[in-house]
Amino acid sequence: MLRPLITSATLATLLASGVSAETLRYATARDVYGLDPHAVTDSFTNIFTHHIYEPLVRYDADLNIEPALATRWEMIEPNRIRFFLREGVTFHGGEALDADDVAISLMRAVDPKSPLRGNLPGLKAVEKVDDLTVDLVMEGPTPLLNNYLTNIFVLDSGWLETHGATAPIDASRGEEGHTTNNANGTGPFRLESRRPDALNVLVANETWWDTPQHNLTRIEHSPIASAATRVAALLSGEIDLIEPAPLQDAARIDAAPGVRMLENPGLRSIMMGFNMGPALNDGNVEGNPLADLRVRQAIYHAINMDLIRDRIMRGKSRVTGSLIAPEVKGFTDAMDERLPFDQDKARALLAEAGYADGFAFNLNCPNDRYVNDEGICQAMAAMLSQVGLEPRLVTEPRQIHFQKVDERKVDMFMLGWATLPMLDGFSVLSAMLATPGGEYGTFTPSGYSNPRVDELTRAVAVEIDEEKRQAMMIEALMLAKADIAWLPVHQQPLSWAASDKVEVPQAADDLVRLWYARVNP
Amino acid sequence: MLGFLIRRIVQSVFVMLAVALIAFMMFRFMGDPVNSMVAENASTEERDAVRERLGLDQPLYVQYGRFVVRAAQGDFGLSWRNARPVSTLLAERFPATAELVLVAAGLSLLLGIPLGILTALRPRSLSTQTLQFISLVGISLPTFVTGILLILVFSVWLGWLPSFGRGTVIDIGWWSTGFLTVSGLKALILPSVMLCLFQLTLIMRLVRAEMMEVLRTDYIKFARARGLSDRSIHFRHALKNTLIPVITIFGLQLGGLIAFAIITETVFQWPGMGALFIQAVSFGDVPVMAAYLVLVSLIFVVINTTVDLLYAVLDPRLRVEGTRAAH
Repeated sequence: MLRPLITSATLATLLASGVSAETLRYATARDVYGLDPHAVTDSFTNIFTHHIYEPLVRYDADLNIEPALATRWEMIEPNRIRFFLREGVTFHGGEALDADDVAISLMRAVDPKSPLRGNLPGLKAVEKVDDLTVDLVMEGPTPLLNNYLTNIFVLDSGWLETHGATAPIDASRGEEGHTTNNANGTGPFRLESRRPDALNVLVANETWWDTPQHNLTRIEHSPIASAATRVAALLSGEIDLIEPAPLQDAARIDAAPGVRMLENPGLRSIMMGFNMGPALNDGNVEGNPLADLRVRQAIYHAINMDLIRDRIMRGKSRVTGSLIAPEVKGFTDAMDERLPFDQDKARALLAEAGYADGFAFNLNCPNDRYVNDEGICQAMAAMLSQVGLEPRLVTEPRQIHFQKVDERKVDMFMLGWATLPMLDGFSVLSAMLATPGGEYGTFTPSGYSNPRVDELTRAVAVEIDEEKRQAMMIEALMLAKADIAWLPVHQQPLSWAASDKVEVPQAADDLVRLWYARVNP
Repeated sequence: MLGFLIRRIVQSVFVMLAVALIAFMMFRFMGDPVNSMVAENASTEERDAVRERLGLDQPLYVQYGRFVVRAAQGDFGLSWRNARPVSTLLAERFPATAELVLVAAGLSLLLGIPLGILTALRPRSLSTQTLQFISLVGISLPTFVTGILLILVFSVWLGWLPSFGRGTVIDIGWWSTGFLTVSGLKALILPSVMLCLFQLTLIMRLVRAEMMEVLRTDYIKFARARGLSDRSIHFRHALKNTLIPVITIFGLQLGGLIAFAIITETVFQWPGMGALFIQAVSFGDVPVMAAYLVLVSLIFVVINTTVDLLYAVLDPRLRVEGTRAAH
């Protein structure tokens, strides 16, 4: 009874005296891949460098786009967008932000040698209008430009030149960049020190242009690879926030005093893909039954998703009929309806398709990529066997699994998609539903091709009118749903754990934004 | 003797080439790192471009040849994961592993030898029985379980020692040491205890067995007959002969400590070479994995070669046999 009183009393005193010196000790499963924001596309690395560097526009805690280094923007022509930069922004090294910084940074990000190039497609040039105004010249209308820009950070041009880092790091020439271990941004925190795989220390930027919503003075980030050790570090009070927290330890963490789990459904939709090519990779029948819509429907009916949610996901996942999460643009409620679990219907459909005795095929899953991926596939294999099918379960580490998917050496396989970094249904349309060709269809399982979906996808890519764009996106996604191009499984839960002292919003994209974090003494 | 030396070194070179080849072949089945490197929505052309930049489109023998030529010059290329030279990464991590292994080796000798002597001199006492039992448990529990138990007891329950990391380290040139700070020393305790447990048990049991063997020999009986004190017999006569095989085994086990450090480093997030290796595995970072394996093999080969050469120095018969075999 007394403790909360004392705590709030201390809090009041601290607030009154204006003291809020708080350190947040934060642990993740691995370290960042380096601090150069244009050298990697990994979203964890990206959000970490986002504490130091900033983009022209950014996501707020609810994943809405808001101004950051640009205060406003307007379309001059469909392929020319003017951005007005914020006045009085300075880098941690003291340099003032200007149009040259933006031009150099954006062109550095889309350099042919930069892996980030695909995250800002179609940028042709950045033209300086005056010191605080730039025009982005695109190859064509780009409705998702702002979504792309949330992940392209701005570096100081003078600092890059001084350290010979204007060009992105070129791994093929054995270069190591100054930007890999040093940073100079405009963001809410600046880098104090970095010891790869041991400790990264950030301290609050006192001259940040924005009003801090956090009360941190210091962030100590430690990568802790072993899940058991990460949990132990939280329980022993050496760490205030861990991400991810293993689901199997959830009960133990909730039962321990002073710490709690933070769990919400995330953006990442797990789904099963099908080989729809001329033959199965590992079958015992002629041709490819999976190319038959009735067989895919049968598989859909055979899977008891509620059971998977309750038993394997401990009730934490969100069963879905959609390939995108509700937070993603293009989602509708109709999309979310699943075919019901009905084993008799499944058997009838199989018989109708001419496979009353079932058939064998391989079922490929990663065992270290998604939450409980292996368990889900084991359950699915058992459920498919119950309707007479013979799935041959193969679970492998992610490196091997995704290479097999890439090479189409799979029949039925698991894949997760979070639509990051664009957070828009177009991500699924262009990468996973369009017929492969050029930048489209990189993850489309061999064989699936719907001309109408292709047509809509290409129209969505250049449609500036948001209402029309959404309508086309929904039409295309509903067509793919009817075709069962992919079998939706669920949106997997996010799983963080924190000390009771820490308040931090948990956005569905699973990225930890510590500039919204508060530590209560 | 010179001929023997040259032959032995040529053999070692071939062993290293074979290790490099095996490491290289093995990692070709690790899967493609390209998927971890490009964006989720990257196009096929972008993936191919990355593959080409890393030289992954070249035939395997070209990749291997390049690797060997550069490795011989100490250049292991650039880590795919974080675009830094592998040699720099390994050099950064070496102090952490070296200090951990050093402390673990020291602990296993400083505790193992006295405990071994104690249990040999009092084979039937209760303390010996207890120690033998505990050592049996220590040797049969998997090391990661021991590590997690140590963390649970000393970090979570008692809150005495840190559960991860090296604590505060101080840089002396390129060497970062944890020996000079209180938190660095505290952080060393649990991981080095976990790492030394197996060696400690091994040395204790080895010393005990050897000592009991030596104590049964005739010259010890003569020594007793001459009326020498127990102390003199045990420590001047018996212990000296006991330690020769112990030191041989310990030398060989030193390589094992470095190799086993992988598990300890993973459990305690000890930022050493083993942890680097494990992370490279999960990312498919072939240059780092290959360099680590080659380095550890090199350590083993150097130790083994040195031991062989020492034997040859001590026992001329080995040299003669070697010469004959060459004819």
